[in-house]
Amino acid sequence: MDKGDPVAACVGRHGGDAGKLLQILRDVQAALGHLGPDAIDAVAQALGIPRVHVEATATFYHLLHAESHGVYEILFSDNIVDRMLGKDELMAYLCERMWLAPEKVSEDGLVYVGSTSDIGLGDQGPAALVNGWPLPLLDHNRLDLIAGLIRNQKPLPDWPAMLFEVVPNVRRGDALLAEPHAAGAAVQRVLEIGPEGMLEELERACPRGRGGAGFRTAVKWASCRRASGKAHYVVCNADEGEPGTFKDRVLLQAHADLVVDGMTVAARVIGAARGLLYLRGEYLFLAAALERVLQRRREEGLLGDHILGEPGFNFDIEIALGAGAYICGEESALIESAEGKAGRPRNRPPFPDTHGYRGEPTVVNNVETFACAAKIAVRGGAWFAAIGTPESTGTKLLSVSGDCARPGIYEYPFGVSVRRVLEDCGAQHAHAVQVGGPSGTCLSWREFERRIAFEDVPTAGAFMIFGRQRDMFEVARNFTHFFTHESCGFCTPCRVGTSLLSNHMDKLAAGKGSAYDLAQMQRLMHIMLTMSHCGLGHTAAKPVVETMEKFPETYERRLKALDYEPAFDLDGALQTARQITGRDDAWAHLDAGKP
Amino acid sequence: MRDGHFVIDGRTVAFRPGQTILEAAADAGVYIPRLCHRPGYAPHGSCKLCTVNVNGQPVSACTAKAQDGIVVENDTPALNDDRRALTEMLFVEGNHICPACEKSGSCQLQAVGYHLGLATFRFEHFYPPRSLDASHPDILLDRNRCILCDLCVRASRDVDGKNVFAIGYRGIHARVIVNAASGHLGDTNLDVGDAAAHVCPVGAILIKRHAYEVPIGKRVYDLRPIAAVALDEFRAQREDEGG
Repeated sequence: MDKGDPVAACVGRHGGDAGKLLQILRDVQAALGHLGPDAIDAVAQALGIPRVHVEATATFYHLLHAESHGVYEILFSDNIVDRMLGKDELMAYLCERMWLAPEKVSEDGLVYVGSTSDIGLGDQGPAALVNGWPLPLLDHNRLDLIAGLIRNQKPLPDWPAMLFEVVPNVRRGDALLAEPHAAGAAVQRVLEIGPEGMLEELERACPRGRGGAGFRTAVKWASCRRASGKAHYVVCNADEGEPGTFKDRVLLQAHADLVVDGMTVAARVIGAARGLLYLRGEYLFLAAALERVLQRRREEGLLGDHILGEPGFNFDIEIALGAGAYICGEESALIESAEGKAGRPRNRPPFPDTHGYRGEPTVVNNVETFACAAKIAVRGGAWFAAIGTPESTGTKLLSVSGDCARPGIYEYPFGVSVRRVLEDCGAQHAHAVQVGGPSGTCLSWREFERRIAFEDVPTAGAFMIFGRQRDMFEVARNFTHFFTHESCGFCTPCRVGTSLLSNHMDKLAAGKGSAYDLAQMQRLMHIMLTMSHCGLGHTAAKPVVETMEKFPETYERRLKALDYEPAFDLDGALQTARQITGRDDAWAHLDAGKP
Repeated sequence: MRDGHFVIDGRTVAFRPGQTILEAAADAGVYIPRLCHRPGYAPHGSCKLCTVNVNGQPVSACTAKAQDGIVVENDTPALNDDRRALTEMLFVEGNHICPACEKSGSCQLQAVGYHLGLATFRFEHFYPPRSLDASHPDILLDRNRCILCDLCVRASRDVDGKNVFAIGYRGIHARVIVNAASGHLGDTNLDVGDAAAHVCPVGAILIKRHAYEVPIGKRVYDLRPIAAVALDEFRAQREDEGG
């Protein structure tokens, strides 16, 4: 390998496999600072694939860029919860301290400050990433320190460790988190009861997928086990991109063996020899520790060939990193991304259980689902089924953030009321809770008796609390811009619909809205819900429509007229003419009589 | 895969094994509006104009397989109104210049607009800054008029075996990119004889020196509406396949 050629080194590290294109591009950018046309060319040549395919992947992901972002790239997490904690003011403060314009590289090429979608630190925000590494709990003092480090060009490894310290913040543990899990206990158990026995336990336990969709795990695994193919794969979906969610971060940081046990159990059931842990790019800081866990397990005989001495039980896991794309949380988009392509959801059917990673039968489950499966293996299906409600068995990890005294992870049996969670985390004056993130459900204070369960309020785990002082219009506007930024652009209704929604919300925010805009947004919701390609488009209008319904006053007070109001300022358009003619009398204004 | 029958807009039609709803409907003389699909090409399912209700559930007719006994709603006022909205979206996200466009009268976007009765826009135009690439000696690429149907991508990859095009970037910034470090079409190996140079349903990829050759009144959709032309395209494709 030529040491002087970083691209060749990166391609070589991934075995020259075009299926690893995204990993290669991440590495090349880390080595060169950005992915310019020459780098794209070099990667294409080294892999022997068309450069246009390399460019299509490179331009899809938010964390990859064709232009240099300087020596230090700082991306502030832009979720509404970060904003409530002062993100906008802090970002402006840092820019001012460093004589910078946001979203532009400094004149000396040293630093770039911008925004990015929620980075999964809602319990310890406001937060940012510096060259991909998390900076939690930002305040003026820390930003002063950071500005000094950047000005003195201190390399990241020399920065004080406390700047990067991310704590698990588990506030309440239950079936999954309360008691320690012995690494390999679930694998041992599945060897005793066999794949069929494990499926029976799963059917008894009846868990539903924890990623949001709630598909029955036993059905998915059994179907994948039956499907024929050259190989079977287990994929762990750790692309935790839903704003306000950070429970997978904690599971992988503090309970990795439980998750990997679950993946290994799945491998035994479906007959997979290879597993993939798809980790969102924003969780780069977890990768090294996870690699160490995998390595330790190989040494302990819990991964690799003949696991626990069982002849033919071969299974190993590799980590694939994302690069900033919420849509990759959708399982078929995740598979596309894991195959090195842009993360656009596939046409389904077929589903991954028969046609998944590399076209082969694949089980894709959320991190928490694998943790549940491991516990079910150890404690049995009946134990699990006795927790929660009959339709929603087991527990749910909630990522609690926003206006409360004690944000963090709370694990409850399904069926817990929203009010109970609010009491436990010290949310005294809650006005609304966004359960499940922007694609979830907005509950007003009138609905706090409702319960967290698939049959009432389903959730992938986010629980964002908004106090009386918060403006729910701004919450919905933040979510709408998030969906616009994260739409993959494949289908018309989502690609254009999300932008139209953002435009309407911005028009309302500027005080130029009318009832016509509200009606248009209702109409867009219908089109996006019925015609979009995937869940992102289906739910992108939901925050607007729900807040419009539950907090109508926040919209109504922004309406300028009840009929139609144009987005542009008609009178403002006459300003040039007024300047040229030197007039500013009443008749030089559209609304004569109002100079 | 089995053959069988299904009901579309109250009519019972037959389908052959493996056929999509769109194909089976076309065989039976039922037009389902679409822009990203072309007979003989792999279905893509992105424009969503062909959305129909199957047993009450919306699906893309170009990718969904026909199944025995399903009930399909297609030509209903509600679906056509939604399709009209999608067509409007395609217009407002780009910069379309129908009165001056070389493709006018032979453009599928325009013809589908007429078919759906699109008379005015309910959405505000984006007027996005988009690039025009005239670097190729014979072919013009105008991204202002592109609707991201992916047909040029598939034509170049699957028919020409060249991979000249791809869709790069994402969301509202998604755009056609070309296989050259310069980003210029003139630096690719696209040839004027390639399928990819002729497959564009709108005025985004045009052959130079052939504009306005067909007089108004004689252009494709001047003569017959898109519903009839589209069904003919399916028929021709079937004859090509000897079906």
